[in-house]
Amino acid sequence: MILQLEKRPQASPLLSVLSPLLALLLTAAAGLIMFAILGKAPFSALYTYFIEPLTDPWMREQILVKATPLILIAVGLSICFRSSNWNIGAEGQYLMGGLFGAMLPVYFYELQSSLLLPAMLLMGMLGGALYAFVPAILKARFNTNEILSSLMLVYVAQQLVDWVVRGPWRDPGGFGFPGTRSFNESATLPKLWQYGDAHWGAVLAIVSALIMWFVLSKTLQGFKVTVIGTSPRAGRFAGFSAGRLTVVAFLVSGALAGLAGIGEVAGSVGKLDDKLSLGYGFSAIIVAFLGRLNPLGIVAAGLVLALSYIGGEAAQISLGISDRATRVFQGLLLFFVLACDTLIHYKISLTGLRQQKSQGAAG
Amino acid sequence: MEVWVSILLSICAASTPLLLAATGELVVERSGVLNLGVEGMMIIGAVTAFSVAQASGSVYGGAGAAIFAGAAFSLLFAFLTLTLVANQVATGLALTILGLGLSGMIGESFVGLPGLKLDAVAIPGLSGLPVVGPFFNQDPLFYTSIVLVVAVAWFLFQTKAGLTLRAVGDSHDSAHALGINVIAVRYFAIMFGGACAGLAGAYLSLVVVPQWTEGMTAGRGWIALALVVFASWRPWRVLLGAYLFGAITIAQFHAQATDASEFSHLPQWLFAIIAWATSLPAQFLTSLPYLATIVVLVLIAGNRRLTMINTPASLGKSFVPDR
Repeated sequence: MILQLEKRPQASPLLSVLSPLLALLLTAAAGLIMFAILGKAPFSALYTYFIEPLTDPWMREQILVKATPLILIAVGLSICFRSSNWNIGAEGQYLMGGLFGAMLPVYFYELQSSLLLPAMLLMGMLGGALYAFVPAILKARFNTNEILSSLMLVYVAQQLVDWVVRGPWRDPGGFGFPGTRSFNESATLPKLWQYGDAHWGAVLAIVSALIMWFVLSKTLQGFKVTVIGTSPRAGRFAGFSAGRLTVVAFLVSGALAGLAGIGEVAGSVGKLDDKLSLGYGFSAIIVAFLGRLNPLGIVAAGLVLALSYIGGEAAQISLGISDRATRVFQGLLLFFVLACDTLIHYKISLTGLRQQKSQGAAG
Repeated sequence: MEVWVSILLSICAASTPLLLAATGELVVERSGVLNLGVEGMMIIGAVTAFSVAQASGSVYGGAGAAIFAGAAFSLLFAFLTLTLVANQVATGLALTILGLGLSGMIGESFVGLPGLKLDAVAIPGLSGLPVVGPFFNQDPLFYTSIVLVVAVAWFLFQTKAGLTLRAVGDSHDSAHALGINVIAVRYFAIMFGGACAGLAGAYLSLVVVPQWTEGMTAGRGWIALALVVFASWRPWRVLLGAYLFGAITIAQFHAQATDASEFSHLPQWLFAIIAWATSLPAQFLTSLPYLATIVVLVLIAGNRRLTMINTPASLGKSFVPDR
């Protein structure tokens, strides 16, 4: 038996919608097997992971909080990945966003101004964009592999944040724990409602997804992204500059990752500490592909991934399942998403070897 | 003298995992496939080696299991990119993400346990030599890494099978037209790369630090990928690059632990550099290998003639055989 692929004349629109759902189903099936191997009751574990968080209002809110940075980063990645610019250093851009944004409340601690928060958000975007500019310009100018350079910068950013929160920016009254002083209220993102954890970052995430959806699907700029991404040669003939697009895509993506970073610092934590790097920049890659690089799909995908995080925490507490299982789930999900994407462009059939040989002889 | 020998030996230990993983990836890329999952395969190798060595009491059993695990794990990538023609970049990332997650889960119960260390094996006759003797009294994986480079260089450029593999990497369509089974060649290449990455991981958990720590590869898989570009797909240059990076790693490591005043007898300019380097925060020194990687990538990529000649022309492109 052998798998055979036959190219469809056109991408199947039905399967482009169904393939992410199919991938989710396959991941759930793989999860059942994994839980059985771990010696847990598979179905109740799966329920704790993916259904229970939805029934509880507090957990629903946590999902929104978790989804915020994932959506922001993944929306930025969509423009990069669509144009074949492989920015996999979003984690570093996210950290630099947090660092740049935190600069204002750290150095102007007493400042009380309604302009402080917008300035912090802008600084965060600037930090992320500047950090993304490095691999972008190296690719556009010197033809340097952006995958490796953007990733290497993640390790550098982690060290840089580690240094500032242990060194120059450490809270003198913090009993030696790494981290800055807690920001004043004017430097924290307001909550969406009283006594809640959800902050205005969630709104920024939705708005940025809508804007990106509009730009990518309704404007000439968005068309350029698709053309250069799918056929660089055609893009050159049309006079589109691939180098310029590389820089723009990285800047936008970096700015959004930076916004996610300062959103976490000013929204969820209220200070810059050594626990900012949680791998959102990498999980967002999964979100981007699960959302099929469509900003609206990414909103849904971000919520799904956030659900897996919250469900993972719940499963750890109630069933004693390691929180590492969440990352295994996310890795499996990306595999299944990529595998199911094949269905969109190809018809898959199983052929017996003998049959294939006779076909070969006939043809 | 003693000090310099021990420094050079520590450079060997830092370079060997990079060399093993990069040599494997070089073969993969020569066949036209870009597998970004080196980091993931490496850490699967590290956790497998540690756990099997624990369970069986045999370090060699651990290393063997790591080779097998790396190759088996790479099959996931091969199936997706070759049989299902999924995007190679995305699938490689998926392999890394899954490998890091899976190894964390498998290794959870091993954190903090003392591991078994692969002992040095003296090469009779050579290990007794003055000065160079210590270099022939190292762990067997060090010798393996050197032999591997020689073997791969010979295989790629002196054998018919090596020529076939390079043909597949340079033009899969022409190779297919000549009746070469492109997909099969690539399956084997990817599994070889996985086996090498697995062994590189085993080196980390059996030799460098004989214990299990989550994420202990710390980007070495990615540096190995960069080394292949640095080497412009030539085995001997991989050896050179791996040792260059090993030296940088050890240099920053020593700079963190050294008291500059020990070096006051050195020429003034050298002393000034050492004094400056040791005064830097540890985090800056830790960043050094990653920054050096970027610098090297820029220098190599800037030389378009060099990269154009050597890059396998089909690198990263999917292949669907027409019947």
